[in-house]
Amino acid sequence: MTYRVHVRVVPRAGLLDPQGQAVEHALSALGFREAANVRIGRAIELDVTAQSAEDAKARARVMCDKLLANPVTEDYMLEVEG
Amino acid sequence: MFRVAVVRFPGSNCDFDSLNSARRAGTEAYFVWHRDTSLEQADAVILPGGFSYGDYLRSGAIARFSPVMPAVQRFAEAGGPVLGICNGFQVLCEAGMLPGALMRNSRLTFVSRPVDLKVEQTDTAFTNGYERGAILRMPVAHGDGRFVADEATIRKLEGEERVVVRYVAPDGSTCIETPNGSINDIAGISNDAGNVVGLMPHPDRASDAAIGNTDGLAFFTSVLDWSSANARTR
Repeated sequence: MTYRVHVRVVPRAGLLDPQGQAVEHALSALGFREAANVRIGRAIELDVTAQSAEDAKARARVMCDKLLANPVTEDYMLEVEG
Repeated sequence: MFRVAVVRFPGSNCDFDSLNSARRAGTEAYFVWHRDTSLEQADAVILPGGFSYGDYLRSGAIARFSPVMPAVQRFAEAGGPVLGICNGFQVLCEAGMLPGALMRNSRLTFVSRPVDLKVEQTDTAFTNGYERGAILRMPVAHGDGRFVADEATIRKLEGEERVVVRYVAPDGSTCIETPNGSINDIAGISNDAGNVVGLMPHPDRASDAAIGNTDGLAFFTSVLDWSSANARTR
């Protein structure tokens, strides 16, 4: 089976995220005062061939640990479709 | 003759600066392609500046898995001197050969200008030719130069005096604002043995009298003395 895996990578909480701050200021300037704690990361989508959704997720986790996210500065979240 | 391998990744752009600097220091410097798996009897290795793989994903994240990197890692583990300049520093951090990471500059701008540095550690392969506390001027040119690491790592780096160069004001005092927002104004660090050094500023662009600055040249001459002093232990 092939599973569509969605990976979200965000800067670790507590680390300065200047992009998030700049966007937060811009939102505020546009009148969106209700917006706070903006963090900017990246979204990665990929197909993973595996026996089950759980296997696909486990493989994607290894990919994140090895390449897709930096363990020093980033956290990631995984979702598997279907 | 002392052999210096300069590794070229797709997107390296300071490869010739590093090669020429190493040659000016009196070494036999040559290029090694990132797909090669041999360092061809290198006595020292330089990972040059640039934008390997277009900085895709994260700076240095993909270059770190190049076919040549296992050889670089083995070389470093055996005590061989490895210098990472700018993108080369990012590659060394991504590879886990140096601790920490380089993140987007705190002001989000690409910074390209001369900076002042204080030499904090001279017991390394690439700074033993300097006086401790010397103030150097050399250029930086990067968008992702903010050095970060967790508190324990920073404490360890400071405690073991592994901060090699720090951003300072021209008179050597603490600078008001670093080019990139690095923790503790850290511009470069070493591993615990001192044979692996990475820094964001460019000694390779400050090692030729013809361009009016030779403050960086001793990075390339230091390694000759380090290697002869460590010849027996290697």
